[in-house]
Amino acid sequence: MATLEIRDLHVSVDTEGGAEEILRGVDLTVKQGETHAIMGPNGSGKSTLAYSLAGHPKYTITGGTVTLDGEDVLEMSVDERARAGLFLAMQYPVEVPGVSVSNFLRTAATAVRGEAPKLRTWVKEVKEAMERLHMDPAFAERNVNEGFSGGEKKRHEILQLELLKPKVAILDETDSGLDVDALRVVSEGVNRVRESGEVGTLLITHYTRILRYIKPDHVHVFAKGRIVESGGAELADKLEAEGYEQYVKGGAAT
Amino acid sequence: MAEPQSLPAGATTSGSIAVAAESTVATRMSAPPSFDVADFPVPHGREEEWRFTPLERLRGLHDGTAEASGGIKAEISAPDVVTVETVGRDDQRLGRAGKPVDRVAAQAYSSFERATIVTVPKEAVLTEPVRVSLHGQGGTTFGHTVFELGAFAEAVIVIDHTGDGVRAANVEYVLGDGAKLTVVSVQDWDDTAVHCSQHNALVGRDATFKSVVVTFGGDVVRLHPRVNYAGPGGEAELYGLFFTDNGQHQEHRLLVDHDTPNCRSNVAYKGALQGQDAHAVWIGDVLIRKAATGTDTYELNRNLVLTDGARVDSVPNLEIETGEIVGAGHASATGRFDDEQLFYLMSRGVSADEARRLVVRGFFAELVQQIGLQDVQERLLAKIDAELEASVA
Repeated sequence: MATLEIRDLHVSVDTEGGAEEILRGVDLTVKQGETHAIMGPNGSGKSTLAYSLAGHPKYTITGGTVTLDGEDVLEMSVDERARAGLFLAMQYPVEVPGVSVSNFLRTAATAVRGEAPKLRTWVKEVKEAMERLHMDPAFAERNVNEGFSGGEKKRHEILQLELLKPKVAILDETDSGLDVDALRVVSEGVNRVRESGEVGTLLITHYTRILRYIKPDHVHVFAKGRIVESGGAELADKLEAEGYEQYVKGGAAT
Repeated sequence: MAEPQSLPAGATTSGSIAVAAESTVATRMSAPPSFDVADFPVPHGREEEWRFTPLERLRGLHDGTAEASGGIKAEISAPDVVTVETVGRDDQRLGRAGKPVDRVAAQAYSSFERATIVTVPKEAVLTEPVRVSLHGQGGTTFGHTVFELGAFAEAVIVIDHTGDGVRAANVEYVLGDGAKLTVVSVQDWDDTAVHCSQHNALVGRDATFKSVVVTFGGDVVRLHPRVNYAGPGGEAELYGLFFTDNGQHQEHRLLVDHDTPNCRSNVAYKGALQGQDAHAVWIGDVLIRKAATGTDTYELNRNLVLTDGARVDSVPNLEIETGEIVGAGHASATGRFDDEQLFYLMSRGVSADEARRLVVRGFFAELVQQIGLQDVQERLLAKIDAELEASVA
């Protein structure tokens, strides 16, 4: 069973005023089949955690360990992490001019699976996955993220999640900027992947809204660069009622 | 308008739109166009037309020391209706499309011994392309080639340059009224070759000229694609793509001379660069002379810098002597390979090299898709894939 283990993770970024520590000792274990929601106010470091796990060069790991099934993730390059089974659905997916969605998906699937998928079954696989996400078939011929609406970008991220079948999926504010219909479609996509029982999900969000569609097993409150409280789904209800005020103002994070 | 974006260190993108009574494009050259090499002073490197070019790597093409000692294997295959002739220097059909504009082109014109004339008779519509293969076998060669299409003829010409050598040449495209010509010139030389060539197109009344210049190889490649119009209603589309690698100098200097009413031109060149001392130069001159009312023109240059150490100089220049035109504009931008694009692709398991190949292929594909000839497009994309496979790894 795949397990992502984060131990005492410290991460900093370079700023004009020197290195600034963003993550201050994160501990978290995500097992295959589990869904963890990470919730926290803006600036608490949630996205930094997501991008650090994926290996974005902007972030410097200053301490701690991250392992996937015992393998040292921090030693891996960005593409090696993806091939090892990590997936990051981005809040702001990047445009890639001149590269069609179908070419991009096939290139990614070939890289992650270690061999090119058979053309006939692949076309069918993509077509069905797109139908489930209510995506127009013409979408496959558009250039990656170019001129996509917010909803289209997020559907495209979840389409990749469904096709690449990672061991651990990190969803960074996948709910942001979505209307209720798009949120439902995207959540259904995430739930289909979860129902396979083969993915551990790390759902990073500012709002509790998405948790009505995707039920987490664990909820963690993130503040000032670390997890300050953990609980079950009921913790989300408490946050819904009370907000993040107590974590931001109080001494809980220090 | 010029819109420089995120310029890498050392690159320049300066452009100008001049509304002038006197053309600076014409006057800034160190000598007026001429067939005779003696009319041009030996350049020292600070002249406007030579300031980007490494003269010391031209193997004497610029100073008269290069001697025609080499060989180039030429093969031409063409449908039966096409005439291919080898002629002497005195043939009256040579030199009609334009005069050499710099010393190397004039040296080529003064030095070639025999010229090739390829003629597509009037109203002939070719179903197969004319293929020209020039394979350098070392040493210096001078060449002159004329491609002539009679009125309402239609043809596709594909010219491949491969092998090694030092080549200076002039190529003429003479299009009769209503003729349609697409010419693809591929510079796929060995990395030691030097190639300087002036391409003159004379576009007849209502004729359509489409040029696709693809430069991958060579130590130094310096090309002058130029267009003149013989009558109103002519249309010219000049496409180019280049991939400038470690130590290569690739220079494309275009001129579209609108001196005839109601003609159109569209220029789009895209280049990718990687490696230490890769240097690309793009000069795009468009003149709209007083008589050229109803002109519609646009030129664009986009460059993608993949690694540190590469340099681009991009200079679009538009001179307008009449306000009675449909449209005129230009754009130039040089950008770095985007780290966020790299991260996005790598986060999907794609290796860094594969990600670069994907991005560059996409960058070029956008241009190739505008060419509008399916088999030419497929050939070019295959060529681009092969080049990227070999060089981005």
